[in-house]
Amino acid sequence: MNSMRELTIGAVIKKPGSSRRNKTGTWRNLKPVIDIDKCLQCDNCQLFCPEGIIKKAKKGMEIDYDYCKGCGICANECPTRAIQMVKEGID
Amino acid sequence: MSKKVVIHGSRAVAEAAKLAKVNVISAYPITPQTHIVADLAEMIANGELKAEYIRAESEHSAISACIGASAVGVRTFTSTSSQGIALMHEVLFIASGLRLPIVMSVANRAISAPLNIWCDHQDSISQRDTGWIQLYIEDNQEALDTTLQAFKISENSEVLLPTMVCMDGFILTHTVEPVEIPDQSLADQFLPKYKAQISLDPKIPSTFGAYADPEWYMEFRYMQNEAMERAKKAILDVDNQFKKIFNRSYGGLISEYKCNDAEVIFIAMGSVVGTIKEVIDRFRANGIKVGVLKVRSFRPFPKEEIKKAVSNAKVLAVVERSLSIGSDSPLYAEVKNTVGPELKTICFVAGLGGRDITELDIEEIIKRAYNAIKTGKIEREVEWIGLRLK
Repeated sequence: MNSMRELTIGAVIKKPGSSRRNKTGTWRNLKPVIDIDKCLQCDNCQLFCPEGIIKKAKKGMEIDYDYCKGCGICANECPTRAIQMVKEGID
Repeated sequence: MSKKVVIHGSRAVAEAAKLAKVNVISAYPITPQTHIVADLAEMIANGELKAEYIRAESEHSAISACIGASAVGVRTFTSTSSQGIALMHEVLFIASGLRLPIVMSVANRAISAPLNIWCDHQDSISQRDTGWIQLYIEDNQEALDTTLQAFKISENSEVLLPTMVCMDGFILTHTVEPVEIPDQSLADQFLPKYKAQISLDPKIPSTFGAYADPEWYMEFRYMQNEAMERAKKAILDVDNQFKKIFNRSYGGLISEYKCNDAEVIFIAMGSVVGTIKEVIDRFRANGIKVGVLKVRSFRPFPKEEIKKAVSNAKVLAVVERSLSIGSDSPLYAEVKNTVGPELKTICFVAGLGGRDITELDIEEIIKRAYNAIKTGKIEREVEWIGLRLK
């Protein structure tokens, strides 16, 4: 979009699903990294994740980094401390 | 058939909402507005009006429910006053930002503290930056007519902004006057069923109330401002269309009374304009050239129209019913900004917290205005009428 003349009155979004296009993972400073060996698959991180972007994998849990904002709640709730918050850009 | 009745100003507003066939009313009671929505509740209970009536737990919720209803695409109405409109404050921006044509009557009442239930304009004036159209009316007939007009202005596809119809609490809301209630068929002709351009509909999913990031927020605000500019034409057009059907009109944005050759022109809003006209007629009989310009639309503010109407005046006397503590009061500031420093403009603060503005007060203002003409200078820029300084 280039011109304001393409905007809708009142910022109404006429086509559903626009939030998918908005990859909120770019907001992240700290990235949750799971140590699969420590993970019990207890689901705590999945239940507490406010974004709903953690799900069970074959082994351990899987995080959708496209939408993870890096809040760290999962790491805080993990009973075995399997999740570490790592500074973004340092792997 | 149209009928003439003697009713309270509040009843006139309720009759207008009924004539507009509003679909949803959501409200919370507050003096001196309560009997507007009480009358509407009664009309619904009696089966005279088919509408959904939502009893909210606060004004904040009342206006929020109106937003939801209006977003679904139906005609929506509410009414409030004083602390009630203050409690609505943050939600008023949302109504205008979402570009919803909600109509709200405001029974103008002073703001606490000290606690006071009587008329001044501080409550609605304090909401001037919320992006709502603000119309101020002079009598009960204008209350009915302007409420009907407000829906047509707000729903205009070039405008799509909510409107407040502001009327003096008690002075109009609780005073009976003869009012002509138009026939329903004429009202239908003037104001057909509202058809929203976009509305919430599960069959066509859409999002209302999305966020705009720094890249686009300014553009949305600019669009709101453009719509408010276009509202100037809409207010005038709607008043003309109203005249064609009902044979009554109010001048659109401003209404001039004997301004053409006037040396002193009053600038005022609301019911006090009627009092000023009475005094003007007496002074005119003695050859004293006084006039009054009623600011009917405070938002959008009719700069060009006022500039033109006062171009021959020597002194402007602004009758001010609200304050902006720490700087020039709101109407005075607007007028001064409009006419510039060349035209002598005096601010007369009067009638705060329901104090009567009497004919004697108006005479006093005329005297002081002529004094400024005679001496060539303004003694005091701001005068408080009837203040017991000592």
